[in-house]
Amino acid sequence: MTNTSSSSHNLKNNYWKANLSITFKLLLVWFFASFGCGILFKEYLDQFSIGGAPLGFWMAQQGSILCFVLLLITYSFLMNKLDQKYGYDEEGE
Amino acid sequence: MDQTTWNFIFIGITFSVYIGIAIWSRAGSTKEYYTAGGSVSPFANGMATAADWMSAATFISMAGGIAAAGYGASKFLMGWTGGFVLLTTLMVPYLRKFGKATVPDFVGDRFYSNGARLVAVICAIFICMTYIMGQMRGVGIVFSRLFDIEIWMGVMIGGGIVFFYAGLGGMKGITYTQVAQYCVMVFAYTIPVIFISIIITGNVIPQLGLIGNYVKEGAENSQPLLEKINQISVDLGFREYTAGTGNKLDLFCITAALMVGTAGLPHVIVRFFTVKSVKAVRKSAFWTLSFIAIIYLTAPALGMFARTNFIEEINEKKYQNAPEWFVNWENQGMIAWVDKNNDGIMQYRAGNVFTGKPTFNDTNRLENGPRLVTNEIDSSANEVYYDKDIIVLANPEMAGLPKWVIALVMAGCVAAALSTAAGLLLVLSTSISHDLMKKIIKPDISDKQEIRYARIASFGALVIAAYFGINPPSSFVAKTVAFAFGLAASSFFPTLIMGIFSKRINKEGAIAGMISGIGFTLSYIIYFQFWTESKDYWMGISPEGVGFLGMIINFVVAFLVSTVTPPPPQEVQDMVEEIRIPKGSGEATHH
Repeated sequence: MTNTSSSSHNLKNNYWKANLSITFKLLLVWFFASFGCGILFKEYLDQFSIGGAPLGFWMAQQGSILCFVLLLITYSFLMNKLDQKYGYDEEGE
Repeated sequence: MDQTTWNFIFIGITFSVYIGIAIWSRAGSTKEYYTAGGSVSPFANGMATAADWMSAATFISMAGGIAAAGYGASKFLMGWTGGFVLLTTLMVPYLRKFGKATVPDFVGDRFYSNGARLVAVICAIFICMTYIMGQMRGVGIVFSRLFDIEIWMGVMIGGGIVFFYAGLGGMKGITYTQVAQYCVMVFAYTIPVIFISIIITGNVIPQLGLIGNYVKEGAENSQPLLEKINQISVDLGFREYTAGTGNKLDLFCITAALMVGTAGLPHVIVRFFTVKSVKAVRKSAFWTLSFIAIIYLTAPALGMFARTNFIEEINEKKYQNAPEWFVNWENQGMIAWVDKNNDGIMQYRAGNVFTGKPTFNDTNRLENGPRLVTNEIDSSANEVYYDKDIIVLANPEMAGLPKWVIALVMAGCVAAALSTAAGLLLVLSTSISHDLMKKIIKPDISDKQEIRYARIASFGALVIAAYFGINPPSSFVAKTVAFAFGLAASSFFPTLIMGIFSKRINKEGAIAGMISGIGFTLSYIIYFQFWTESKDYWMGISPEGVGFLGMIINFVVAFLVSTVTPPPPQEVQDMVEEIRIPKGSGEATHH
């Protein structure tokens, strides 16, 4: 294996690891917002309220959806930045 | 102007727009037919995907389900939106980079086997077929209400329109029609709710209704709307609107199965093959979920408003003074009143009015009297039956909104059903023309012949779907939704994930995993939906949630089988490395 191909191999590996780490962190938030707040800890959160709504109930019906939208814009932002750092970014959309 | 005139105007205008777009954007090549040439902007694709995704069921039934079940309906809200996070972070960027036109294409190449491709084709056909029947039925019902025609005629008209623009325009025609359909849907869904929100909470933004106060004229003191609904619910014998459902495991599994199923539905995945690059895929996924969220954040508010209005308008009122909409829907057979205590007043309480759906005997009906039902009457105090599917359709009437708003809602229902049916039809026809004919049976057919096969296949699929839309075998359609999601969750989702994130899973593992995942899920659903009346579920997990278990079985079996069989060949491993790097996605190809 030549030097250039092994360094490009390393580059790919590092990129993939960074990608997995971003994905994993975002999915943690995804799980916490929906299954966590909306189902598992719903009763606990219901003792707090947002406006006139119990918090756990609100998370299950609206809060989690807002979180999902924020997650996707964060994903797009972080991944585009990562692509740029590794020179994998492209023109055109 | 009367209601029918308004209906004609709205349906007429929207249909002319759809057909105009179809003619303007008809497809010339297979590439345009399958992926719109890979040139759709992320924003437009986001709208189109949102319309594709939101079906007649979402549009018509979801808010009614929320009004009836309160917190218990959260599984639909979270499940049908949360899946897009999985779809975006785990699937579509990589599948787009892979650059082929269909999902079975990826499965066939990644697992270097036509056997795996065939299993994937069968899954895709089955998922889309079960799903499309419900859409045809939905179109039929709306048309029959609108124009007072038989349901079969409604189904035929809807089918004809879908065939016209999906068959002609392929993905390109469908995409731009769906953009128009999304616009119709979002206005149709939100405008009535805005009016109602102003009346009930005094706020123009209906999505804020959940956290708002009840300020309707004549209210003694302002209190949070949810608190008021909880109070009314308990007074009438229901559980609190915001209270938990008891079985957390089942709620968890259904939500998970809906999310994972969403991420595995082929007609949603292929929509992301129409944009230019991986970067555009990410952006488009964000737009998609934003457009979906506008409607999904409105739905829980609509559910609450409808529940409040329904109870205020009906409960403890004399039947003689019942509002016009009540009598109209009663005449349609969607509402029934049984005067159990013979006081001439309608009591709406928790519990069943009678067993099953109402069957009427109108021979002894008194003038201005209620329709008499022949069902076995239940002993509960509840006297008012309503079909929850009428909530969205009846809501504008309940709130006394003008006639054109009602026509707009009808046009929205039709848009929702048509857009989803068209997206499904495209996947069905490409599965047959591309994956089955071109890749497995007759590899030497030309581009032109391939499109011809696709058009023939979409015609055939529509005929079958229309047949089952007209003759649904005993509430078959509602039950088959569990099939579509269960299958997608237990077949495509795990197989695609492993294909992308593991280089070690081989064809033996993937095929064994898919077959055992689907096999388990199908048997469980068939056993409880069709075989037995028993509700004695394993661990209390209902058939809607079993796809989640099927997914786990698929993962485990694929992993175990792969470890004892040889790893995939080097070129497949190289391909997996390649799709993980976004650069060079180029245009999605069909070769």
